[in-house]
Amino acid sequence: MEWIRQKLDKIGEPFGKGKKYEKYAPALNAIDTFLFTPNHTTKKGAHIRDAVDLKRVMITVVIALIPALLFGMWNAGYQYYSQLGEAFTFWDALGHGALKIVPMIVVSYAVGLGIEFAFAIFRGHEVNEGYLVTGLLIPMIMPIDLPLWMLALSVVFAVLIGKEAFGGTGMNILNPALTARAFAFFAYPTYMSGNQVWVSEASNVEAVSGETILGSLAAGDNVSYSMWDMFYGVIPGSVAETSTLFILAGALLLILTKVGNWRIILSGFVGAAVMALIFNALPSLGVAGNELTNFYWANHLLIGGLAFGIVFMATDPVSAAQTQRGMWIYGFLIGFFSIMIRVFNPAYPEGVMLAILLMNVFAPTIDHYVIQANIKRRRKRIKTATGQVKTAV
Amino acid sequence: MEYVNLFVRSIFIENMVFAYFLGMCSYLAVSKTVKTAVGLGAAVIFVLTITVPINFLLDNYLLRPGALQWLGAEYADVDLSFLSFIMFIAVIASMVQLVEMIVEKFAPALYGALGIFLPLIAVNCAILGGSLFMQQKDFGAITEAVTYGFGSGIGWFLAILGIAAIREKIAYSNIPAPLKGLGITFIITGLMALGFMSFMGIKI
Repeated sequence: MEWIRQKLDKIGEPFGKGKKYEKYAPALNAIDTFLFTPNHTTKKGAHIRDAVDLKRVMITVVIALIPALLFGMWNAGYQYYSQLGEAFTFWDALGHGALKIVPMIVVSYAVGLGIEFAFAIFRGHEVNEGYLVTGLLIPMIMPIDLPLWMLALSVVFAVLIGKEAFGGTGMNILNPALTARAFAFFAYPTYMSGNQVWVSEASNVEAVSGETILGSLAAGDNVSYSMWDMFYGVIPGSVAETSTLFILAGALLLILTKVGNWRIILSGFVGAAVMALIFNALPSLGVAGNELTNFYWANHLLIGGLAFGIVFMATDPVSAAQTQRGMWIYGFLIGFFSIMIRVFNPAYPEGVMLAILLMNVFAPTIDHYVIQANIKRRRKRIKTATGQVKTAV
Repeated sequence: MEYVNLFVRSIFIENMVFAYFLGMCSYLAVSKTVKTAVGLGAAVIFVLTITVPINFLLDNYLLRPGALQWLGAEYADVDLSFLSFIMFIAVIASMVQLVEMIVEKFAPALYGALGIFLPLIAVNCAILGGSLFMQQKDFGAITEAVTYGFGSGIGWFLAILGIAAIREKIAYSNIPAPLKGLGITFIITGLMALGFMSFMGIKI
């Protein structure tokens, strides 16, 4: 450790104040604070003393993502080998997935952090750890065979337009990871949907094809997976969105450390359940549904990216509603719209991404009205209180 | 059910701002605070709900080919549809005058805040767009026109409300200097449209 410290200080010399490379100091400082705990304290504006900082918050989310990511790697290999009918070991499956997914993560981090560093140098602010989470989330919500240059382009769009244009970490209005996915989804639809992209090599190898459960439901087919398959996540889908079990493990960590807000997670699942129950009840009202509306409501919560989106994307503290009552409304509407888009819009079977983006757009509106209602209530309280004082005097 | 379908379509799927990018001038200019945005949005809802049905009647009994049949058989092949634009605009302008008088009388503060943009509703393309889409859609009954006008108004209202809240939120963001003001507003509009893409292609 001591050796790295000395080395860093030595490299850092020409980056000091008034020295030759002062302009590029943010890049070096970023590496420094990533490796060592910085000794700086907040200079202005903060009145709370706490050990938590942006770095710790972001690393917590990254740790919470790891179980789902590792499972995603294994599942990628499992889907591939089991469809080919070959014998394989646990390590074969994990290795196959890792070979696909690790390059995606590397590209996402390299491109995204490159832009972040460039902006930090040009605009003279510090690099923050915000991208550590976004950069890991983006490969996790993409189909496994997405060409790397498309991934890179989506990252560029999300970081430049979605985040840096607004002033960087903490200022964006839409979740950057979902912005990247939405960009890829609308720009390269053939690589982002259909039944050839969800299992690795499906477009090259004849014997392999995989349709997501939502895809086959939208096509009017029956689904052969059991409820436990859906819960454990041994189903085709985006890289890490399939396993509800491992996502819930991450959710537990987020809730225990209070990094993710339990109100949003809970109300999101409630909203989805309510909408799915309404659709389930359609036949008893005399309306003939289709495969999607008749799909058992609890299974609706297990498939697709719903759990992943609600746990890791909807709880993004920047783009979510900020007030407590607002969070309940925000989460509920995300779940509600997710199932609604899923059922009503056969072109976009994955509703949760678009539902979260839509609610990101309206989160400030929700907050505004929650705050206004609060102001009104307090004014009223003051009025009655002063009234009582007057009568008492 | 048909009316619910039309109503939801006109709010979300065929949103005036995010699907057709109509009415952008006042949408961009008056969306700095939520309060004025709500005022203008309400005015647009009112004007659209009134003008679309009136123009529907005009279209059906005056303008479209054969509309004048009620005068007598000799008018059956008269086609006045080349007058559509001027007639629609005349109706819209008079309605906007009415709204302006109402707002000035009952909400003078809002009248001051909206300023020139209140009379400019008359040339808000979303309003004329509503009437022209009505003509194109060939509604069968006046109730459909009312539903469509009201729904389109709500859609525009939601759009300006959403962007006003976002602009209030980002007031203190460290936005790059060249993008400050209108630049970032355009980017926000694009990103909001991305969110609204979720409704494209929905069939109810």
